Amino acid sequence: MRVTVKYFGLVAEAKGTNEEVLNLTAPTTAYELKLKCLNPHGIMDQESIQVAVNQNLDENIILKDGDEVALLPPFAGG
Amino acid sequence: MNRYERQIKLQEVGTEGQDKLRHAKVLIIGVGGLGCPAALYLSAAGVGNIGLMDHDKVDVTNLHRQVLFQESDLGKPKAVAAAEQLSKRNSEVVFEIIQEALTQENAQSIIDRYDIVLDGTDNFETKYLINDACILSEKPWVYASIYKNEGQLSVFNHQNGPSYRCLFPKTTRQNISCEATGVLGVLPGMLGIMQATEVLKMILGKGEVLSSKLKLFNIFSGAEQIINIKKRPEEIEKIIMSGIVPVKVECTLKSEFQWYLDVRESFEQPKPSGNNILKIPMADLVVRHHEIPKDQEVMVFCQSGKRSQNAIEILEREFGFSNLINVEGGIETIINGD
Repeated sequence: MRVTVKYFGLVAEAKGTNEEVLNLTAPTTAYELKLKCLNPHGIMDQESIQVAVNQNLDENIILKDGDEVALLPPFAGG
Repeated sequence: MNRYERQIKLQEVGTEGQDKLRHAKVLIIGVGGLGCPAALYLSAAGVGNIGLMDHDKVDVTNLHRQVLFQESDLGKPKAVAAAEQLSKRNSEVVFEIIQEALTQENAQSIIDRYDIVLDGTDNFETKYLINDACILSEKPWVYASIYKNEGQLSVFNHQNGPSYRCLFPKTTRQNISCEATGVLGVLPGMLGIMQATEVLKMILGKGEVLSSKLKLFNIFSGAEQIINIKKRPEEIEKIIMSGIVPVKVECTLKSEFQWYLDVRESFEQPKPSGNNILKIPMADLVVRHHEIPKDQEVMVFCQSGKRSQNAIEILEREFGFSNLINVEGGIETIINGD
């Protein structure tokens, strides 16, 4: 099962890319995917980072093949 | 000839719409990279009453993006300089100059006087404050934020729509400013004009307002995205029941065994906590220098490393300090990342 993950703000920076396609072998929720993406980079305050699946905010949804996931950190510059 | 003729011609405006603009009251909180372009276009369009709220002064590093200001404005309060420049362009607009920071105490009484709030701020604490005060005053607000080359835009609390807390119920300590990351002036320029556009649509009652939606874009990749925001009624109820809930973005510094001297003003973000941090703003150094230890190393910091360098020069020259070390890159380089 393949999902596209889009990264924003400091998540994109930590990942070194704005987007990647991930292969998932077991059923995964959006929240689990978020942790899987963030944990290797030691990003702090992970609960502040919102997850959208197919443009709708929802962490609890179980991902399907072809889903588009976005990881959205808050930012405040102006 | 009417100065607004070209926009009155539009079906969405007309003489009725122009009257609505003239009677509208818009509060711009933060007259910086976002607030300057927004204020220019809203006043040019004939929005009758504009509040310009900012506690800061014009600095030379503002000029590349805060395009309302001129070299002759350096050192002037931003709200004053902005009102001067804007009045020259449209003398029919009434400007209220508010040289204060938004606080829990003054937020609601100021926002109550306006119809719509435009967020030109650069920190989480003030954004949550605007959000809560707007819920309590039942006013919509237009949000924008920047991280490097990325922008976020939305309208909150519009006709019972979602609030900022519905999008981000939890905040982060990583309040990274444009000063720290860098920014091209065109990004706040675009966002500020998009914010002004949302304000005009709300005043005119025409078009689709960006409520329940977060618009994201990246000026370098060209990527754009709209995310749907659902209302979290409990986040709004919480504010209605208990009033403004202050959000403290707290952080600590890398070493708890090291003396630090923070020479920034009390409103500057982020605010590190710890009893190893002395907080003495530049203006108070001369009267409070005796509070600074002389027998141990003290690391002196500000936002960028510039003011702290000046502080060290003053303390060494006037009061014989020889134990002070400048934090070259400013506070962001000494924040504890854990």
